[in-house]
Amino acid sequence: MHETMVAESILRAITEQAEKVGTRPISAVISCGQFNTLNDEIMRFAFETAAAGTVCEGMRLKIRHIPLRAACRKCNTVFEFDVYKPNCTQCGSQESQIQPDAPLLLEEIEFEEPQ
Amino acid sequence: MKVSLGQKILSRNEECASQNRDFFNKHKIVCLNVISSPGAGKTSLLVRTITDLRERLQIGVIEGDIETDNDAQKILAAGAQAFQIQTKGACHLSAEQVYNALKMIDAEKMNLIFIENVGNLVCPSAFDLGEGRRVVILSVPEGDDKPAKYPGTFAGASVVLINKIDLIEHLDFNLQRVLADIHTVNPNAKIFQLSAKTGQGMEAWYDWLKEQIET
Repeated sequence: MHETMVAESILRAITEQAEKVGTRPISAVISCGQFNTLNDEIMRFAFETAAAGTVCEGMRLKIRHIPLRAACRKCNTVFEFDVYKPNCTQCGSQESQIQPDAPLLLEEIEFEEPQ
Repeated sequence: MKVSLGQKILSRNEECASQNRDFFNKHKIVCLNVISSPGAGKTSLLVRTITDLRERLQIGVIEGDIETDNDAQKILAAGAQAFQIQTKGACHLSAEQVYNALKMIDAEKMNLIFIENVGNLVCPSAFDLGEGRRVVILSVPEGDDKPAKYPGTFAGASVVLINKIDLIEHLDFNLQRVLADIHTVNPNAKIFQLSAKTGQGMEAWYDWLKEQIET
């Protein structure tokens, strides 16, 4: 349930933007890597709970998962890395270097149009 | 109307973590964030480490638990300074909690500060506390599938301690599988096999700690 702290952080960031924009936020897109281990259902529930009674109440939250990538040490191919099938998709080698996991980002917020 | 941001969600935690990191660097303190499931032996390992090294090193411990100060009491009894954070439900520590806890011990006098995170193999790994390095403990009775099931946690570790190694002959624990699975997600991790109870393998861990402090 580390999603709770993530939800509170998203809420804070959206609220700051909403004050600048001056209209209600409708939806937001966040992106995350594989090692952030964000569960979509729990994330949405945590956000909904945190947003209740605030300007963000009723917002939709879209969660974009960025795949993990690795570079093969043998043939240098960069491929989508599956922990359970870690072989290079080009040469089959198991010797690869995982690339840094994608950070947790607030990508975009959609606001109501100003009247 | 759409506003594009690309802004880090945990930026507040990261700011706090970087303040902690500056503090550790300024005072030449080695700080280790210790992560494991509940019952893997984090506290026992720290108690043994403190008992064996307290003559040579100033060691402080920040304890994280959902409830009770049992662990801090054990650390104090072993002869180190300790401060207990009770998270009251939160499944991981945050950098801000650590920042505040550092003021509760004589942190600047320490050579080594352990942060014993809340027992949990998932959530703590998503939060930078400003530590120099991460230590993940896996104990033999938990089973040999943990590195495969929790790859993110093992990927972020500088060191993996395989604890309760004295029990290996009594359990179906495939050590080769564990070593291979850790290697898959983290080929650079240092791995020590040890038992905080019998003392087996502890010297290599102490040597690694001393190396961190000297460099």
